[in-house]
Amino acid sequence: MNLDFSAEETQFREQVRAFLCRDLPAQLSAKVLGLKRLTREDIIGWQRILHCAGWGGPSWPKEFGGTGWSSIEQHIFDEECSLAGAPPIISFGSRMVGPVIMAFGNRAQQEHFLPRILNGTDWWCQGYSEPGAGSDLASLTTRAERRGSVYSVNGQKTWNTLGHLADWIFCLVRTDSEARPQAGISFLLIDMRTPGITVRPIPLIDGEHEVNEIWFDNVEVPIANLIGEENKGWTYAKYLLTHERVNIAQVGQARRELKRLQQLAARQLEGGQRLLDNVRFRHRLAEVEIDLMALELTVMRVLSAEKKRRDPGPESSVLKIRGSEIQQALSELNMQALGHYALPWIPTALDADWHGSPAGAEVWAPLTGRYFNQRKTSIFSGSNEIQRNIIAQRILGL
Amino acid sequence: MDFELTDEQTLLRNSLQKLLSAEYSFERRQAMLQTPFGHSPAVWKLLAGQGVLGAGLPEAQGGFGGPVETMIVMEEIGRALVLEPYMSSVVVCGGLIADLGTEAERNELLPRIIAGDCCAALAHHEADARYTLSHVKTSVRRQPGGLVLNGTKTVVQDGAVADIVIVSAQDDEVGGLSLLLLDSTTPGFEWIRYRTQDGRSGADLICRDVQVTEQHVLGARGAGLAAIELAVDTAIAASCAEAVGAMDALNAATLEHLKTRRQFGQPIGRFQVLQHRMADMFLQATQARSMSFLATGRCREPDRVQRRRALSAAKAFIGKAARFVGQQAVQLHGGMGMSAQLSVSHYFKRLTLINATWGDVDHHVGIVGDLLLTAEQ
Repeated sequence: MNLDFSAEETQFREQVRAFLCRDLPAQLSAKVLGLKRLTREDIIGWQRILHCAGWGGPSWPKEFGGTGWSSIEQHIFDEECSLAGAPPIISFGSRMVGPVIMAFGNRAQQEHFLPRILNGTDWWCQGYSEPGAGSDLASLTTRAERRGSVYSVNGQKTWNTLGHLADWIFCLVRTDSEARPQAGISFLLIDMRTPGITVRPIPLIDGEHEVNEIWFDNVEVPIANLIGEENKGWTYAKYLLTHERVNIAQVGQARRELKRLQQLAARQLEGGQRLLDNVRFRHRLAEVEIDLMALELTVMRVLSAEKKRRDPGPESSVLKIRGSEIQQALSELNMQALGHYALPWIPTALDADWHGSPAGAEVWAPLTGRYFNQRKTSIFSGSNEIQRNIIAQRILGL
Repeated sequence: MDFELTDEQTLLRNSLQKLLSAEYSFERRQAMLQTPFGHSPAVWKLLAGQGVLGAGLPEAQGGFGGPVETMIVMEEIGRALVLEPYMSSVVVCGGLIADLGTEAERNELLPRIIAGDCCAALAHHEADARYTLSHVKTSVRRQPGGLVLNGTKTVVQDGAVADIVIVSAQDDEVGGLSLLLLDSTTPGFEWIRYRTQDGRSGADLICRDVQVTEQHVLGARGAGLAAIELAVDTAIAASCAEAVGAMDALNAATLEHLKTRRQFGQPIGRFQVLQHRMADMFLQATQARSMSFLATGRCREPDRVQRRRALSAAKAFIGKAARFVGQQAVQLHGGMGMSAQLSVSHYFKRLTLINATWGDVDHHVGIVGDLLLTAEQ
């Protein structure tokens, strides 16, 4: 056992830092670190910068144009990017549909779609949840019926993230209504510009536009856009979900939020004294830091095991549960640090060039909304109740 | 002990419930959220018409009842998520004017507050104070011809809709805090108005060389802190009742969801893990109600230590309960809990903001802890 990074890994970290120092635009990192609204162009622009450096696919193998980094290297890369304030990569392409196309797509699909993800041409979104199919995803009812060389898709998806910005959507659709629920699902790639698709925003708790309902009304999808075999979509979806959950530990982002919290608590005053000098509040920070240390090492253990076995397996549920809980705790403490300044709602202060009043709002205005928004992390991507079921059933055999 | 309401109190509760369920549906509230500051003069007048704006204020000026009546009203305000400035205008400022005002001031202002013709707000918090009530840097000084007020007040609740404002300031001449009762359009005031996260309003108030006289001082000069403490304790009791009403409504909505939302071929309320969660939400709300009674019963207690211990305990307990109930109601609703189109997220936001007002959980746990040390000595 050795808890230290190897010399090569440490050198790799230096290389990533040098890259970020050189190629991450200061204006962009200021927006990310300030929790400002990011535009589509901000996120795509960063993907292009990564692509130019040959780092467009940090989690992809070399044969598909990725970096071929080990999972430890990917982790170092993610952590440094988060700490430096790089925008998030578009995970629906890079971390979700990309790996599925690599593992289960045909040659033509790989050659067409993968380079377009790497160079930022296509923004992907996900069509999984439906009004009647949330935790019980396998009960989904959006139908795809074969009509000659196309599927005709009808139904409704919901809680779709950023679909209003997307070029393509990967969807789970029912192709066999006779089979048991999991056995009648297929995995389809659909061009968002296809006639018959309607995207409607769902106003969220924090007032921001992040998720949508999407309707499919006789949407014609070429059969060539089916991934793998018809009715095997559930297997591909499960593969994707375990990949998504490793990513969701978000250790780098948690480190960044902890740092923000520490700075905030050093600046906020309580009866003229620093909030950080309030032992009760400082201990709350310490507790999160301890939890984060435990998560970080657990992530490293899972990643090390993954080197030998590729598929992350059910222990990724541990990372999803703890990762989401830590993010929620941090967003809550960031809000708590504000005292009365948790109350005002100043949505314009989330714009990058805002310099309004009350003075200082550009720092604190995003934090309460972020607390509300982060409640989603224990709900999405398999609720934490579902994750505990997975641990109980698949790991513990209960 | 007696936890029963009198017939008059039950009537107050029932008639207010009836009014709000007829006039303040969630859909109507959604429309009111689209107005500049959430405040609806029409609703305010309806409440005044039923006499609700007189609860807890003196009978001589048209008020009725005491803390129990305030509790009853605030619980219904919480249940219906009413956006109106009731807390600021009636409970806090109405209470301060009733406690400290001269007969002339009471006769002039209270009937207008009770009739809904005048909204009042308290400008006490300052940026560096957090929840420490005694930390006030705004000052009032003697100058030729009167007094001058300078300083910045932050997050004046309901400040954007207030007609009059009570400003606290260090009184350089006599020492201690003095309270100034001023028109919100007083020259030298700069208001920075904004919405709050729960759809209400707030404001920062910058006072620059505001010319005032001793006529504007509410109560005795230099005696403001004790008055503010008493007013805040009344406000804490009212907040506790509001949170109890909101938790009640949120638990009812969540229970309904557990019974009707089907996944895996059955109502999700069949799953034991969700049953236990809901049971915990119920027991938190049940105990929160007990603590709301404690706060109501002790908020006018003259013994400062007894009052402090009871009110801080109630606020801390209810803060924890509100956090649990709010977070879990969102969680059990899944994605729907995140939507602004359902009431769940709005209750959660309101409960979160109640928690950040008049001292959060840590602040009040700290006070109860400090009292343990005092008792030991």
